[in-house]
Amino acid sequence: MPNKTFFWFFLPTGLAMILFIGLPIISTGIQSFYAQHDQVVKEVKKCDPFGCTVSIVVDQEATSILRDEKPLGKFNGFGTYIDRNHLAIEQISDFWKETDSFGEFINQVTNLPFYKALLFTLTYCLFVTPNVLLLGFIIALSLNAISRKIRGPLIFGTILPMIVTPLVGSLVLFWMIDAEGIIGANLQLMMEDPYLSLKSSRTLTWITIIIYGIWHHSPFAFVVFYAALQTVPQEPVEAAIIDGASRYQRIRHIVLPHIYPVVTFVALISLMDNFRVFEPIIGFSAEGSAQSLSWLIYDNLVNEEVILFGSAAATSMMTIIGIAILLAPVLIRTWKEFRTAR
Amino acid sequence: MRKILLTLLFVLFGTTAYADGHCSKPSGSINILANDFPALRTFVETAKGCKGSADFKVTHSSEHNKIAVPALTANPSEFSARIAANSSIVPLMNQDLIRPMDDLVKKYGKGIQDSQLITIDGKVMAVAFMANTQHLYYREDVLKELGIPVPKTYEEVVAASEKIRASGKMQHPYAAAYKAGWNLAEEFVNMFIGHGGEFFKAGTAEPNINNAKGVATLNMLKKLASLSNPDYLTHDSEAIKVEWESGKVALMTLWASRSGTLLDDEGDAKITAATKLTGPATVGGGNIPAATLWWDGFTLAKNRSDSDAEATFIALAHAASNKKMVADAADQAVWLVEGFVPGPKSIGVIEAVKMGAKPYPMLPQMGLMHGALGSEIVEFLQGKESAEQALKDVEAAYISKAKEQGFL
Repeated sequence: MPNKTFFWFFLPTGLAMILFIGLPIISTGIQSFYAQHDQVVKEVKKCDPFGCTVSIVVDQEATSILRDEKPLGKFNGFGTYIDRNHLAIEQISDFWKETDSFGEFINQVTNLPFYKALLFTLTYCLFVTPNVLLLGFIIALSLNAISRKIRGPLIFGTILPMIVTPLVGSLVLFWMIDAEGIIGANLQLMMEDPYLSLKSSRTLTWITIIIYGIWHHSPFAFVVFYAALQTVPQEPVEAAIIDGASRYQRIRHIVLPHIYPVVTFVALISLMDNFRVFEPIIGFSAEGSAQSLSWLIYDNLVNEEVILFGSAAATSMMTIIGIAILLAPVLIRTWKEFRTAR
Repeated sequence: MRKILLTLLFVLFGTTAYADGHCSKPSGSINILANDFPALRTFVETAKGCKGSADFKVTHSSEHNKIAVPALTANPSEFSARIAANSSIVPLMNQDLIRPMDDLVKKYGKGIQDSQLITIDGKVMAVAFMANTQHLYYREDVLKELGIPVPKTYEEVVAASEKIRASGKMQHPYAAAYKAGWNLAEEFVNMFIGHGGEFFKAGTAEPNINNAKGVATLNMLKKLASLSNPDYLTHDSEAIKVEWESGKVALMTLWASRSGTLLDDEGDAKITAATKLTGPATVGGGNIPAATLWWDGFTLAKNRSDSDAEATFIALAHAASNKKMVADAADQAVWLVEGFVPGPKSIGVIEAVKMGAKPYPMLPQMGLMHGALGSEIVEFLQGKESAEQALKDVEAAYISKAKEQGFL
């Protein structure tokens, strides 16, 4: 395609992307550098049905003058980024000095909200992504090998987890693993431990969410791999069979290299999706044991009665950077291959 | 007993109340945002009875807290009124989103009692119409069978629950809404106030919870949690209500406004009959209950035309002074409206007021403290860190947020 055609072809998408993705990201970025003005408070008498007390309120007149002058708030630079609820630079250096062993240091660091969330997010990515790829590939291979007659219904059944709305899927599982639910109660019976609860233990909650993640994302990998498998040419496969190659060898040396670009694609998409894990935490009411970066943003925006725009913006920016770092190796590799191919 | 009460009510209000009406037929546009529970639905329905020629809309949502600030910030604001409570009026005040209504009260608020007016700095900012608190519920049959007196303190609640567990009748005899986040933080607030704690150093926004009272509060919460369903960190008020109705719990701390749904005809009649209400418990030898008092009242949006505000006020004031409503719906809430005769379901709130319970702290920075508590004390309850460490974390998380918001 000539560059000029490509330009006109891409223009509408490009404009929409700038308008709906680019500009909001820039605005979020700007917001993350600002904090609220210093609150001017005053003591007032406050009466309600339970009596009168002296209380504190925000002085609206004084505050509105400040707000009109600088509507964005007080410039804070990277202040929000490095405070205790985000990168916590100061706290970490204190921990480094105060703690005796490395284990204790790690313990202290992962007790900070941002690192706690990062730890869960990365663990989730690391366990879910490879398993999704593997499971999706295995399912695609198996379905590709069975009779065409029953393939249709089986494919439909396999992609069901993807059709079910994530929140509904996690809620169904949530009720089943409740201590009074069918899985939860049976586990207690099997383990003969009436205090066993999948939801109260942090490890078990993580495992539950990770298994849910694999269950929910595998169909996507399966669908893409299945489509790719249809394009594998039959001649080399047949030649390999004549040469006496085993099934494993055929997959390893013919099928995999052929669908390799697709594997990269699925890996990229999965990584991005998993890094933004959010719905299962809400669905499983797992806030107590598992918090992800996306959940932190949500928490700053809606869970507090005071909305923390600066905090939410800073976490958003760091999530974007996190995804970029995570994707970098794959992207660099693809770029190199693209260069050598040219 | 109930029949006598009802007859009494009828005699008392049969003549005057039913001819009630300070409704001066407003016109304009009325749009109300409110939480979703039966008493508020009744209240808004009553207000609708006085809508005159005005366009009347209402949004009942349990997510009202998330909508309120953005919706009222818009100009003109989406809603002309918001039904708020002690805590949810604070963000509206902080952002200057509600208007004083002294002139409207003078002009149209004839039936509203002075005690209903929420005045801040001498200006009426809200009109309260019902009160709420968390208090104890107990299963009379279970306590009687095991010879346990009705607990008055949380120490007694723990002892009673241990006895019930030891008897083998129930595995997890206690329940309270300990869901991580807002609910859990609310339980901490109650227990901390019961211990006589103050959340902030006097006159400042500096946190003041990392002390002996904070530690005692956490230890009591943990003791109670160990007597609850192991999934307690995921259970909100609705979930523990369901647990209660399935007969697996004998002692529970729950909102007074939920008593109506616990005592209705739905569910096991035996459990309903044995469900009894009592005041909130005290803790640690304190004499004020480990509970906070709440009011629900209406506020008027600032970013809305004066005529809409007037219309909205007329309709809502009609409900907030409606003797017929409080007589008909005496079961649904503890109304602060003149003419309310407390029924058996109001015991909790009335006891709490008698015992001198404190209202939920209405401070501009309290929401940040509440938020920090909800996520930072979880690890202590899970046994992952010490009480001191948890309280240190709460203070640190609060300080960062308060700095960003300009309170420190």
